[in-house]
Amino acid sequence: MSTIATTRSSRAAAAWQVLANVPDPEVPAVSVCDLGIVRDVIDHDDVLEIVLTPTYSGCPATELIASDVLGAIDGAGLGPARVSLRRAPAWTTDWISAEGKRKLLAYGIVPPGPASDAEVPIRFFPRALKTPALACPRCASHDTERLAAFGSTACKSTWRCRACGEPFEHFKPI
Amino acid sequence: MTASIQLQHKPEVQYLLRIGDTALIHAQRLGEWCGHAPVLEEDIALANVALDLIGQSRALLTHAGVLEGAGHDEDQLAFLRDERDYFNATIAELPRGDFAFTLLRNLFLATWSRLLWERLQDSGDAELAAIAGKAVKEARYHQQHAADWVVRLADGTPESRRRTEAALATLWRYTPELFESDAVDAAAHAAGLGPQRTELREPWLAEIGAVFDEAGLAVPADSAFRSTGTQGVHSEHMGYILAEMQHLQRAYPGGVW
Repeated sequence: MSTIATTRSSRAAAAWQVLANVPDPEVPAVSVCDLGIVRDVIDHDDVLEIVLTPTYSGCPATELIASDVLGAIDGAGLGPARVSLRRAPAWTTDWISAEGKRKLLAYGIVPPGPASDAEVPIRFFPRALKTPALACPRCASHDTERLAAFGSTACKSTWRCRACGEPFEHFKPI
Repeated sequence: MTASIQLQHKPEVQYLLRIGDTALIHAQRLGEWCGHAPVLEEDIALANVALDLIGQSRALLTHAGVLEGAGHDEDQLAFLRDERDYFNATIAELPRGDFAFTLLRNLFLATWSRLLWERLQDSGDAELAAIAGKAVKEARYHQQHAADWVVRLADGTPESRRRTEAALATLWRYTPELFESDAVDAAAHAAGLGPQRTELREPWLAEIGAVFDEAGLAVPADSAFRSTGTQGVHSEHMGYILAEMQHLQRAYPGGVW
């Protein structure tokens, strides 16, 4: 589980409430809090500091998220605020909340399994086996196959279900 | 016109730029595939890999600028440095070639960078260790993606096999550069920044060997040729790629979005 150390104040607590409703720009079904991007909210009295950890090194949404976060805080009258980026520890899909994973599935994106799944040497799968099948988020069939290692964003891969014929995405564990 | 910046040469700065420039120039080459890859999924994949590499490069160039201490930011280092002050490995700047060439190069560089990032997570430089903690996850995925394709292409049709072997014949002689230590490397290592390049050679050969076994490819014989991009002495292709990449900042100095 994530370890979020929050400097508690009523203003910081109110900010967490606001941030819980700021959607991720690329996967709007989940909030920046669901994704675990918001690491801390620190009330410095004169200014509110929002600490973010970006998902991927090159995530093009990082700047937009920072601006959305500041806009929401200002809009709620909790400003002035500033965003700081914290690089370590690195973001992991393990920080996505249970609620976030539920929302992803409902949105048609299979949520990631444990990040440790990705920490393995190079693997090759016999052609007949392909990759281990995921359950289709629509019909729950395991008769699925991966079409591509990447999807509409760097954080996802592209799959299809052979049972219901629908394509879907998988949020990759990292 | 904004003049080129003069880089302050320090071992730590050059050590970081060798990694950051290799990522940046490799990303520039991968970006050339956008709109041209054989299938849409791989078009997206190559652009996504490039995006990760640009992100890693931004962090490294920013930190190199801090260590340099001359006030240069990531943009100045990327867009206002001349060819001799670029320290990417030559393999990254070679023209993109065909899909087999691109994916084989991805395999070589992703395997090298994953091994390097693993070691850099323990760097005595906290910022470099933090950058590595993120990048190692990305490199791991890039390596798996490239390995899958190299096996598929080498063990595919006669045409894909022929192209993969041709790519290997060209690319292999550029790989020794990644593993040869020098004074810059030794000084940065002594300062606690990270491993010497020779330390990665054996694990790299072992992992590439495992992929080649699966793909039915043979490791080519060693060659006496040595590329020298990490010394700032590049192939004839480097000037062109910098001209394209730096054009806007050179033509419209200080231009911003």
